[in-house]
Amino acid sequence: MTPSGTLPTESTNPMTATQPSSTAAPEGLRNPSGARPGPIEAVPVRHPGRWIAAVLVLVLGIGAIASILQNPNLDLPTVAEYLFKPLTINGVLITIWLTVASMIMGVFGGIVVAVMRLSANPVLSVAAMLFIWVFRGTPLLLQLIFWGFIGAFIPKIVIGIPFTSVEFWSFTTSDLIPATVAALLALGLNEMAYAAEIVRAGIQSVDHGQTEAAHSLGMSPAKTLRRVVLPQAMRVIIPPMGNETITMLKSTSLVAIVAGDDLMSNIREAYTQNYKIIPLLIVAAIWYLVLTSILSIPQMWLERRYGRGFTGARPTIGSRVSTFTQSIALPSRESRASKKESAS
Amino acid sequence: MTATIPQSAPVAPVGERPMVDAVDVHKRFGNLEVLKGITMSVERGQVVCLLGPSGSGKSTFLRCINHLEQIDAGMIRVAGETVGYRERNGKLYELREREVAAQRRKVGMVFQRFNLFPHMTALENVIEAPTQVAGRSKADARAQGLRLLAQVGLAEKADTYPAQLSGGQQQRVAIARALAMEPEVMLFDEPTSALDPELVGDVLDVMRGLAESGMTMIVVTHEIGFAREVGDVAVFMDGGVVVEAGDPAQVLVDPREERTRAFLSKVL
Repeated sequence: MTPSGTLPTESTNPMTATQPSSTAAPEGLRNPSGARPGPIEAVPVRHPGRWIAAVLVLVLGIGAIASILQNPNLDLPTVAEYLFKPLTINGVLITIWLTVASMIMGVFGGIVVAVMRLSANPVLSVAAMLFIWVFRGTPLLLQLIFWGFIGAFIPKIVIGIPFTSVEFWSFTTSDLIPATVAALLALGLNEMAYAAEIVRAGIQSVDHGQTEAAHSLGMSPAKTLRRVVLPQAMRVIIPPMGNETITMLKSTSLVAIVAGDDLMSNIREAYTQNYKIIPLLIVAAIWYLVLTSILSIPQMWLERRYGRGFTGARPTIGSRVSTFTQSIALPSRESRASKKESAS
Repeated sequence: MTATIPQSAPVAPVGERPMVDAVDVHKRFGNLEVLKGITMSVERGQVVCLLGPSGSGKSTFLRCINHLEQIDAGMIRVAGETVGYRERNGKLYELREREVAAQRRKVGMVFQRFNLFPHMTALENVIEAPTQVAGRSKADARAQGLRLLAQVGLAEKADTYPAQLSGGQQQRVAIARALAMEPEVMLFDEPTSALDPELVGDVLDVMRGLAESGMTMIVVTHEIGFAREVGDVAVFMDGGVVVEAGDPAQVLVDPREERTRAFLSKVL
């Protein structure tokens, strides 16, 4: 064998490399000289495909961004002007309020519907199923318009004894359910149906042994759910619920159809007057992106909170970047230097 | 020594009632009858080991004692109280879930798969029921919890989550958790079957110590050695009936029944 000097493996002594196979098994596992072998020096696999893909995407991306920025219709001054206008800020606040209120309604209502759905009582279970069937099975836009025009369907709400003329209270529906309440009802009820299914999946993901253990300790069913099952279900519930919250934030823009006052409604109102459609849409897009980005912070915190006791580290973006750069990196200076040494 | 005798009414001892008294217990799952009339009485302080092939109904019987399974016929009494029912004027009234929960406090249970609460540390697992169910103060429960963890040899693991404990350690925490409710009887459902062989010894040592302290124990196990050494009574079950019961030295060494002999020859 002639050492060419290109393969670092050849820098190791061929004698020690063949040693293990030549000696008896138990001793063969150990290096006869007693010294620990050095770290493996091998030529890393090259990934030319990764380089090509990275360059291609970078070129396309930079090109696209450059052409957008050079577009005279972009009208950045208008974007800057509207970004912090009271009209925009008020819209952002209403959007946040609608998102928070309808998510609270959705999550707590969803837990109730999920528990009903899992109940041994067939009436409760079927009622929950029907609720989910209706509110998950029809478009949110339809539900929004429906609640917006509920006054046309039920002009008066009467509290009295059914099938008699006895009335305790009666309200005009449009007084009781103004546009914002209608929007909230639509978003909240729709969210309840989705949240119920997410919560149900979470509850069912918890091993039945947990319930049995809690019961055997004398815990009541309600306490078992609250102390043992739900905290573990949360781990499964939170990631899709984070998705739901982001979807909800964006869905509030549909409210523009009935009520207005939210970010999208205000922006739409502005551009129907001044026709600066694209710059104003960019303003709205910036705010939606800011809000959805902020939302990922409490999600991360909640995931960590309910992930307690469950091991398994997830790769962060930072660690993924470093793995990627390592995988496409050229051999390091040290390994090249050591190769040169072995060659000489 | 009161050996349990199947197919005959239990003879109540003169001094006190048996800790666990089962009379002609039947249980079916759909069309499958898993318990076909189990009669057994366990005295206070006794250690009873249930042995038998899988599917023989021993685990199901154990779960019936804790009302994790509802029996279809017969009667189980724990410390004189009918499991799952209240007797009044010669009539049986089914207990509410809350009342069943209260009844279970007298019975500790240890599961094959440990079933520790993964979102709580070892100590939190142990103090959960005392604080949440028995209404004890947190400081009080903590002191007791640390004492119990020390008793099972895991004092230094108090703040460790179950996922970071070995199977044997988890099972010992589970035993401490069950003991924290100060039960009158402890049920063990194959407590060492899910463990690596080298970890079985630690768990059995804890159980042995518990038996020596006078705890009434019913143990479903495949550990013949443990049953012979620690058990006061060995019960061999097969096909939903008690085949043979008595002194472990006799049942497990020189069984009368052919079925017991056949089982032991496979296990040993």
